[in-house]
Amino acid sequence: MQKLLNRIAVSVRKSPVIWAIGVLLLAWLAGRARQNPVLFAQFLVDGIRLGFVYALVALGYTMVYGIVRLINFAHGDVFMIGAFAAFFATTRYHWSFVPAMVLAMVVCAFLSVVIERIAYKPLRDAPRISALITAVGMSFFLEYFTALNFVFTPNFIVFAPQPLQFKSWNVLGVTVSNIMFVIIAVGTICLVALYYLVYRTKLGKAMRAVAWDKPTARLMGIDVDLVITFTFALGAALAGVGGMLYVVAYPQIRTFLGVMPGLKSFIAAVFGGIGSIPGAFIGALTIGMVETLAAGYLSSTLRDTIVFSILIIVLLLRPTGLFGEAAKEKA
Amino acid sequence: MKRRFLSLIVVVLLLGIVLSGCKTATTTAKTVKIAVVGPLTGAQATFGEGNKNGALLAIEEWNAKGGPAGYKIEYVLGDSQCDPKAAADVAKKVVDEDKVQFIIGAVCSSETIPIVDYASTKKVVLMSGTSTSAKVTVDDSGNTKKYAFRACFIDPFQGKVMAGFALNNLKAKTAAVVLEVGNDYIIGLAEEFKKAFEAGGGKVVVYESFVKEDTDFSAILAKVKDANPDVFFVPTYYDKVSLIGAQAKQKGITSVLLGGDGWDSADLDTAAVEGGFFSNHYHPGDSRPIVVDWIKKYQAKYNKVPDALATGGYDAANLVLAAIDKAGSIDPDAVVTAIEGISYDAVSGKITFDAQHNPIKAAAVLKVQGGQVLYEATVNP
Repeated sequence: MQKLLNRIAVSVRKSPVIWAIGVLLLAWLAGRARQNPVLFAQFLVDGIRLGFVYALVALGYTMVYGIVRLINFAHGDVFMIGAFAAFFATTRYHWSFVPAMVLAMVVCAFLSVVIERIAYKPLRDAPRISALITAVGMSFFLEYFTALNFVFTPNFIVFAPQPLQFKSWNVLGVTVSNIMFVIIAVGTICLVALYYLVYRTKLGKAMRAVAWDKPTARLMGIDVDLVITFTFALGAALAGVGGMLYVVAYPQIRTFLGVMPGLKSFIAAVFGGIGSIPGAFIGALTIGMVETLAAGYLSSTLRDTIVFSILIIVLLLRPTGLFGEAAKEKA
Repeated sequence: MKRRFLSLIVVVLLLGIVLSGCKTATTTAKTVKIAVVGPLTGAQATFGEGNKNGALLAIEEWNAKGGPAGYKIEYVLGDSQCDPKAAADVAKKVVDEDKVQFIIGAVCSSETIPIVDYASTKKVVLMSGTSTSAKVTVDDSGNTKKYAFRACFIDPFQGKVMAGFALNNLKAKTAAVVLEVGNDYIIGLAEEFKKAFEAGGGKVVVYESFVKEDTDFSAILAKVKDANPDVFFVPTYYDKVSLIGAQAKQKGITSVLLGGDGWDSADLDTAAVEGGFFSNHYHPGDSRPIVVDWIKKYQAKYNKVPDALATGGYDAANLVLAAIDKAGSIDPDAVVTAIEGISYDAVSGKITFDAQHNPIKAAAVLKVQGGQVLYEATVNP
């Protein structure tokens, strides 16, 4: 605690203007919240719901970056494939919620492994920019290939009937729904499971070792390629869950569905400190909240501008993100 | 390309047949030549098909009655392909070669505008059944194009209609309005609704905009929920309102959803907008005798239910022919004066024209109920 306070004090001395702006913003928010606390609470609740979906996607970005230093831009499109897998399982084959989610995870994991083998592995020793460009190309390929008429068509599809019977409750004027609880519960379970896997199992230890130092890890008898493949699969499985939860909350699917959530999750990962698992989670919740508050108190048309400004500000002022320094262990 | 060439040959052959028919017909003393223009090939071919069927039925009926003011009607078809360039070519052909005095069409505003601009220079009067862009009848500096008319309402008019419906039929006092930035159609409807709703004593409590890429509307909807208005006007296309409606239901918003003809699609998520109302040009469920009669006639000839485009074509042709009948001549200036002063009972409602050659007429308000779109009311402006 003392250490944290010291760090904050140092930071305030170093850049007082930014802290002043931050405090002013918070004061302004508090003022708006006092005017209509119920509305403010509703914004927060909606922001958390959105944040949990972003968190599931941001984790994939951060893990893959941590281990191979690649920003996998196709990740948002894997998220879209997860949404489609869940959609077909529930509406065409009448699977229930959990099996559909497992299917989305498996499909995304498989797809991501294939992408890694075809597009990224041959470039592992090439300059990092080559792999990055390939990732962008892969993203466009997934978007436009699936938009072909014989794949998913470019038109949107209404996600109905839903795998969950929708219910909502009024708690002190704030509307909460079962979908929200499911998103938060599933998100939390995934996070806890991931944390356990990365920090409490041998495989997790291997992942951290590969992230830290590949040649040495290989010398210690770790199958580096297998660990990297596993990391891609794990990140993609989380994106699959995220994709399904996203279309349950916003029941309309299109092949370009993953673009915006993908970019915003990327910003969340950068904001939290790319490579850091807790950073991705905190970053995603923050971005979700900033988004709803910006749309609520300023304007929906400004929302994306504000979120993307965060990316620029973070890159300018603190390129390592919130947890970039503190997180010594990478996964 | 090959198919287009083939269809071109077919069109030319058909025109040949029509023209040869014309030659034998010119033996009777008085004739009037009319071009029926619309997209007959391409992606919007079904639009042109309806327009053509409706217009030809009207021409047939007038001919059976002996023609307007005793003129026998001859017609030619033009394929404008919903494309400004093809439309410009068609305009030159029907005006200079076929020497028509009147044009019924076209369908898409983008094709009607170049046709109007060429036809007007030759004093050829045009009446479109379905082109809703304001620019069809008004030029860039705001002057009315003398020889151009339309039989359908323009986009912003629907905002006025829905405001009237909310105030009078639903007895609404408060409204929320959302719009998509950068879409003229949606902005036009939203602004007109707000103006008319406030002029009628209502209050717009939420007026929010969003961008095309948005899928999460929770912040806007939280505000709508907080303000709890009587009606919620969402004049977007069917894809966005499906999404907004679904999220509004999740939020427990009970305000009645309202919209415009952008909702009119087989892909509309009827569960998401259940209980909502939207305006449209016409609905086959309308029980007025003229509508029932029209559907019966159309079905007898074409074996299907007329859509809004067929109705537009029929009304447009009838308006021009009734005006010729009233003027007693086919002199373009006399017919323009006749149309300007007409009061005509069309299938889509009683039509008179304003100074900008837009019809003043009722709109059909439809209700989404139990997964179906039903006729609710006819609303006069």
